[in-house]
Amino acid sequence: MTPTEYEYLRKFLKDSSGLDLSADKQYLIESRLLPLARKAGLSGIAELVQKLQAGSRTLITDVVEAMTTNETFFFRDKVPFDHFRDHIMPEIIKARAGRRSVRIWCAAGSTGQEPYSLAMCLKEMGAALTGWRVEIIATDLSQEVLEKARAGVYSQFEVQRGLPIQMLVKYFKQTGETWQINPELRAMIQHRQLNLLHDFAQLGTFDVIFCRNVLIYFDQDTKINIFNRLARQIEPDGFLVLGAAETVVGLTDTFKPIPERRGLYKPNDPRAAAARPALAAATPRMVAMAGQ
Amino acid sequence: MKTCLVVDDSSVVRKIARRILEGLEFEVTEAEDGAKALEICQRQLPDAVLLDWNMPVMDGFEFMGHMRRLPGGDQPKVVFCTTENNVAHIAQALSGGANEYIMKPFDKDIIADKFAEVGLIPVGQAMV
Repeated sequence: MTPTEYEYLRKFLKDSSGLDLSADKQYLIESRLLPLARKAGLSGIAELVQKLQAGSRTLITDVVEAMTTNETFFFRDKVPFDHFRDHIMPEIIKARAGRRSVRIWCAAGSTGQEPYSLAMCLKEMGAALTGWRVEIIATDLSQEVLEKARAGVYSQFEVQRGLPIQMLVKYFKQTGETWQINPELRAMIQHRQLNLLHDFAQLGTFDVIFCRNVLIYFDQDTKINIFNRLARQIEPDGFLVLGAAETVVGLTDTFKPIPERRGLYKPNDPRAAAARPALAAATPRMVAMAGQ
Repeated sequence: MKTCLVVDDSSVVRKIARRILEGLEFEVTEAEDGAKALEICQRQLPDAVLLDWNMPVMDGFEFMGHMRRLPGGDQPKVVFCTTENNVAHIAQALSGGANEYIMKPFDKDIIADKFAEVGLIPVGQAMV
């Protein structure tokens, strides 16, 4: 790959997905895009770049998806799910005892392991959530990834990463060599295509936002911009969960870390957050639900 | 250093498992069937058993039943590691006292994840 081609791809990815590659990620581009180029019948990266410059729409989507798709597994990093079960949900169950509803957003839901892990956590809480309205919205940039998440079908290899065997037996159905998550859990999740660079106000407000291992790919200004917009979609007493390598510290004061709970953040000033105009649109819905 | 007994009639599988487990800082002993594994356990119980199902002389499920009845035999974490990959076998293993279950083929990541799941290694170590 020539330096010119690399620069073109860097800029192209930055503009189309926000992916911010440093100057030394040639290997990453080659490892992901060479197989894609060959599949498309092209000779290599050079021809791929020519096609992108010519504006081939399907190829543009394929390239963005290939570069932004990441390995994930059930209960990834474990700690955030312990926080979810032991800290976040007990507080929400107390705070929302009146309206008995909880809205959760997986902002980088990828192939579904994260939203399904949350769904399993919620199922395990059993009676504590009886009669509650639980909504999990899982969004991802990639249409291909969303289709996989929607189907909820995983290979034998995938179901052995992070998933306790009791959970596999309890929540999955085996079909030959693959395992599919139960319809009841699939029904708990809405999958939607979303680019975090674009407006997401229409999703409404959430009690919990999981936004893990996606912001690391964005540059500083983009991160700040996303944090500020996330702050408008979260309830004043809600929770933001970031990946192990991510933080708001030094970027924005819209969220503050919760001491002793790594990766867990709260909106910083509930009154200021409540006064933001973007929340107004979501308020009638909340009132309506409280009145049900 | 924690100990792990690897029970499998395939010397190749034992060798691969040994390499992975030594990388996770286990002291590894090997047995080629359930009967030999039981002899080892009667002398000294390990912290963990990585256990194949189908083996000559005594299979893994029968071995587990005998081992669990030894004094202190409820302590070792038993992780099945077998080509038996259906729900019936998994359920049978769990009700017979297994702690985790690996469906072959396996790799380092799967072993690390499963061992972390039952508390044999810290969760962080599984991420490496």
